[in-house]
Amino acid sequence: MSDRNRSFRLSRRQVVRGLLASSAFGLTAKFGTGCAQSPSTEGGAATDGSAPEELVVGFIYVGPKDDFGYNQAHAQGAAAMAANVPGIRLVEEASVPETTAVAEAMRSMIEIDGAKVLFPTSFGYFDPHILALAGEFPDVQFFHAGGLYQEGVHPKNVCSYFGFIDEAQYVAGVVAAHMSPAGKLGFVAAKPIPQLLRNVNSFTLGARSVNPDATTQVIFTGDWSVPVKEAEATNSMADQGIEVITCHVDSPKVVMETAERRGVMTSGYHADQSPLAPKGYLTGAEWDWSSIYTAVGKDLMAGKTLMAGDIPHILRGGLADNFCKMSAYGPAVSDEAKAAGDAAIAGIKSGEVIIYQGPLKNNTGGEILPADQQLKTDNIELEKMDYFVEGVIGSIS
Amino acid sequence: MATEALGWWGVPLGILAGTLRGSVPFLLVSLGECLTEKSGKINLGLEGTLLMGAMSAYAVSYLSSGIVGPTLAPWLGVLTAGIAGMGLGAIHGWLSQQPRVNDVAVGIAMIIFGGGLANFFGKPFIQPQAPQLPTLAAGGWSSLPQVQSALQISPLFLLGLAIVPLMSWFFKSTRWGLYVRAVGDSPDAALAMGISIFWVRMAAIVAGSFLAGIGGASLSLFYPGVWTERISSGQGLMAVALVIFARWQPWQCLWASLLFGGAQALGPAFQSVGIDSYYYLFNAAPYILTLVIMIITCSPQRTLTGAPGALGKDS
Repeated sequence: MSDRNRSFRLSRRQVVRGLLASSAFGLTAKFGTGCAQSPSTEGGAATDGSAPEELVVGFIYVGPKDDFGYNQAHAQGAAAMAANVPGIRLVEEASVPETTAVAEAMRSMIEIDGAKVLFPTSFGYFDPHILALAGEFPDVQFFHAGGLYQEGVHPKNVCSYFGFIDEAQYVAGVVAAHMSPAGKLGFVAAKPIPQLLRNVNSFTLGARSVNPDATTQVIFTGDWSVPVKEAEATNSMADQGIEVITCHVDSPKVVMETAERRGVMTSGYHADQSPLAPKGYLTGAEWDWSSIYTAVGKDLMAGKTLMAGDIPHILRGGLADNFCKMSAYGPAVSDEAKAAGDAAIAGIKSGEVIIYQGPLKNNTGGEILPADQQLKTDNIELEKMDYFVEGVIGSIS
Repeated sequence: MATEALGWWGVPLGILAGTLRGSVPFLLVSLGECLTEKSGKINLGLEGTLLMGAMSAYAVSYLSSGIVGPTLAPWLGVLTAGIAGMGLGAIHGWLSQQPRVNDVAVGIAMIIFGGGLANFFGKPFIQPQAPQLPTLAAGGWSSLPQVQSALQISPLFLLGLAIVPLMSWFFKSTRWGLYVRAVGDSPDAALAMGISIFWVRMAAIVAGSFLAGIGGASLSLFYPGVWTERISSGQGLMAVALVIFARWQPWQCLWASLLFGGAQALGPAFQSVGIDSYYYLFNAAPYILTLVIMIITCSPQRTLTGAPGALGKDS
């Protein structure tokens, strides 16, 4: 710099030297700030809990951020975190497939953007991509939406969080059964994984708590995002006289719009889809990531870390803990159904309503629970679900 | 909502409805590819064209609905989709005719390019709802809502139906059709006739891409009627394969497209009446069908009958 100020005429060598020097200065300065952040975070956690001034938080989504579905729910939560917690700076990347692409996305967030906390939100990111990166960057914290953290097996800087959204599906089932005179409900499903089966079963159990003869017809489309198949599935359910349709696919948009066109009532999933089906939308099981991400963000800014054990490695919760919530009731919902839905919410929040309560049979007649037993929401058995309860029409094989 | 359950009748009805709804993109893309391949070039890039068409149609329909009204906007979208397709087609037409350039390789590049472009420009249009194309209610005679809904026919389907005999006539009885066939079968002879091989192929590729773009518009503006990045899910590539076992004949493209459209409805329709085993198999029906037909029609002794002579050869 001083070279440049002193002389008017610069030789080529001086210019090159000056450019090199200034770019080297810039690079080291950037690395310097990048490094300076981590000791403050770690030190803060280890010693007196002093807070970092700015924290770069990276969010990675498997699809577009405004898909009326899973990714939108997370993106809204991320935006709420950035808005509610001062000092958090968000970096986001959408439509990242569950391949080595996500490892590259995480690496560039850490090395280029200086992210110290990452939320790779899709299920398939975890193994092997997050685990590999977590080993490589022990001072970066990884929060993953899924059910997979194992104490002692996985790195200490990994957290897995997920909500028991099936509680919300139970309530949706209660409302749906009230609105469906014939008790014929439908469920457009992607793939038979335990979480999805649990949603189907809780929805059905909710419906059968109102109408013991209610049934849920399940149609598997085979993948998380196949719009034509989802529309076909919805149409063939409408042809069979099914009265309320809900779903578990990445983006419920197609299902909701197609059902609305066919005059079938709908119950949403992931996010609020009421604008897509203004007439037939009853309610829906929504994620409430805003409250969870805000809480985690505040913990992080207070200097708490996973590595120090200030933040638990497994975060779980349902309606009572604001992990999920219900969409506002649509105009079609009767007062009676609203009252029943509200009662179910209150019952679940207080713990009076236990969804998986014996006697419980699967849909081939086998016994799941004897009369005197129950499985509470946080029971690990429920996360290994591989059956449909009585009342579900469909099979997993 | 006094709908009766259809029971078993739901299966044939579902397949019929799926045929009418789901075959439109197959039909338009396969007709476009048929024209392109008749001129001796393969355009695998129609998968990308399909995505680009779907995105541009949806975007234009959404953006222009405030200006020209919701009845005209989707048609403007269809037109834009066609033009976007022509743009991609022109790139493919020019690139694939450069010396020592393989048209299959260019096509694969165009799949990635078209898809990437559509995803890039399509980001803001995933959430909004665009006005949809009107449908013709051919089921008004029936009192059953299921039948009425199944017989909602898209004008783009009728367009495809109209193009089939037209294209057949074009190849058989017009001078320009002869030019296309001559260029595709024997470029040397065509050159001797004084035909510009480059421009005939260019025109065939651009026109074919126009149709494929409109096929994309039917995905986003008719069925399933949304724009997402996964909307085509390989339908463009399947339509290209479909041309091969349709023997490069427009009429057979029609039957093959109907078959594929119907096959898509197989899995959901069977599951809805309680046949829920092997749904992966039913969902895979179109692909299995492709394999079976390819195996039956292939022979090591001869080339496929009807194949344009210069197809897949460097020239």
